[in-house]
Amino acid sequence: MEATALNPDMAQAADGVIVTRELRRRYQMGDTIINALDGVSLQIQPGEYVAIMGPSGSGKSTLMNVIGCLDSPDDGEYWLNDKLVSNLKDHELARIRNQEIGFVFQTFNLLQRATALHNVEVPLIYSGISRKERQRRALEALEQVSLSERKHHQPSELSGGQRQRVAVARALVTRPSILLADEPTGNLDSQTADEIMALFDQLHRAGNTIILVTHDAKIGEHAERVLRMLDGQIESDTRNVPRQ
Amino acid sequence: MLFGEMIAVALQSIRANLFRGFLTMLGIIIGVGSVITMVSLGSGAQRAIDDQIEALGANILSVSTGGFMHRGVSQNLGTLTIEDADAIARDAEAIAAVVPEKSSRQQVKLGNLNQNLQVVGSTPNFQTVNSYKLAAGKMYTLGDGAAKRRVAVVGHGVAAKFDTQIEGLLGETIYINSIAFEVIGILEPVGQVGWRNVDEQIWMPLETAQFRVFGTDELDRISAQVAIGFTADEGIIDLERILRREHKILPGKDNDFNIGDPTQFFNVRAAATNIFAALLAGIASISLIVGGIGIMNIMLVTVTERTREVGIRKALGATRLNILMQFLVEALILCLFGGAIGILLGTGISTAIARFAGWATIVSPTAIMIAFAFSAGVGLFFGIWPARKAANLNPIDALRYE
Ligand SMILES: Nc1ncnc2c1ncn2[C@@H]1O[C@H](COP(=O)(O)OP(=O)(O)OP(=O)(O)O)[C@@H](O)[C@H]1O
Ligand SMILES: [Mg+2]
Repeated sequence: MEATALNPDMAQAADGVIVTRELRRRYQMGDTIINALDGVSLQIQPGEYVAIMGPSGSGKSTLMNVIGCLDSPDDGEYWLNDKLVSNLKDHELARIRNQEIGFVFQTFNLLQRATALHNVEVPLIYSGISRKERQRRALEALEQVSLSERKHHQPSELSGGQRQRVAVARALVTRPSILLADEPTGNLDSQTADEIMALFDQLHRAGNTIILVTHDAKIGEHAERVLRMLDGQIESDTRNVPRQ
Repeated sequence: MLFGEMIAVALQSIRANLFRGFLTMLGIIIGVGSVITMVSLGSGAQRAIDDQIEALGANILSVSTGGFMHRGVSQNLGTLTIEDADAIARDAEAIAAVVPEKSSRQQVKLGNLNQNLQVVGSTPNFQTVNSYKLAAGKMYTLGDGAAKRRVAVVGHGVAAKFDTQIEGLLGETIYINSIAFEVIGILEPVGQVGWRNVDEQIWMPLETAQFRVFGTDELDRISAQVAIGFTADEGIIDLERILRREHKILPGKDNDFNIGDPTQFFNVRAAATNIFAALLAGIASISLIVGGIGIMNIMLVTVTERTREVGIRKALGATRLNILMQFLVEALILCLFGGAIGILLGTGISTAIARFAGWATIVSPTAIMIAFAFSAGVGLFFGIWPARKAANLNPIDALRYE
């Protein structure tokens, strides 16, 4: 199979392997066509910590959405754990979004009329976890982002940074093996940002695959590998010197 | 996902959007409530007419002379006689009782008061056939008729016509056409029957009336009570057969008498009531449509919000089925609650109208079902349709929906 050619380590591949080939995503804006993704091929091993950087509009969020199974490419292939995503059925995609991937949206996407606690609980509802266990785990996740005292607040009653932390807690609550975070620290002060990054480092050490988008070079340094995007293409793919 | 969990999610979502839910329910409440009220008013009015017809005694046919019109021309004004009445009583299988009548308006005097009243000469069985009850005194007898005695039984309202009470009238002498009559009985109130106000009539033995008051042995009406087990139509056929024979009318010639079904009088009113009921039903269906548009509006206004919510839930692992079930359960809960409140409200208003305004109302289960089905249909359709559309989108497209 073609994936075999792209992924020689397939035999040993653990959950979390991401392979894309020539991904294309076009948006039509009036007469002009925007190539948000213009042939992106990449391969991310299980347990890797990758930062995606690049100027605004270069296609970072678009790529994250495709990897997170929230968007489908117009062209190209996306293999997740050796399965061609475009072949997956609705319930299989739902299971992947629910259990394998935690997604932190650049715009948070919280339920406006639900409390912080309920927002964090939602993924667990779809995992079929009992109410009591759900609340316990949601509270635990909120504690991880130091927000447990705001659990009964609705998003409109929270600051931008606090909303971002609710979004992070919600992404972590199902303990996904892949964490996709689109500028997870964009609205945070440096101290809270450090706390979140420490959390990510810890998840990485526990063997999770992490992909995050950032404009902040310092945040990028937490990753082992940096992908730079420009005009919908991967401009460079470099490895950071391992930090001690 | 368990069913209990689905209900919990739906309830949470209703609680989160309480105002939206309230407005949806309001549409259903108005629709169902108004239909029930209007239709129960309409069918109550219809029932009232039916009751009146029944009280009149739908089984009494009336044979009269004249008044028969054919192509706008009065034809063959024949006469009715006591022989006709006897022949009917003897030969008509479908007729149980026969009441011959001769009547006209007469000058009636008590003390120094004069009134123009309907005076009826009739056999004493008029009372039993029509189920009139005596309030005071007694009925005259066939013997009174044979002896042409000057006795009278009067309707309940006659006393008032002479500014007196029942007690003041019983045993008194009244002058009919200057002839003295003793009032020996007074009937209980009957009310308007057809075009006659029975309560202001005066009855006397047929023979007395013919001999002393009218000076003729003709009748102008024969009432015939249809026997139990026969239909009014069978009674009419019998009457026609016998009277044609008695009057020696050749085959192919028109009748010289007229057989009336007194319920016909009510048919006009019944038709008017039907129009009234139809009008009310029309108003009700307009409120139903207005309620439906209300539901539709509030559902469509929130499509963006709902589509985003669907996007978020799908991104977090909801399947298409999860989404559909959530919105289905949500819409069902709103419709059932709204419907229940609407039914209570409509029934309550109908009962209140019946009690305080004294109008007859009948709550019709069919109306409840139609109104409920319509409102629930609108609620379910517009509740689920946007969710269904959103559930088929990529999560990211649902999230970006404007
Ligand atoms: N739904 C859309 N419709 C039209 N164009 C879109 C849409 N989404 C993205 N684009 C376009 O695709 C390009 C890539 O967008 P994307 O959101 O991936 O950028 P980004 O790298 O995440 O930028 P930023 O750093 O500002 O978040 C942009 O030019 C954007 O205008
Ligand atoms: Mg972006």
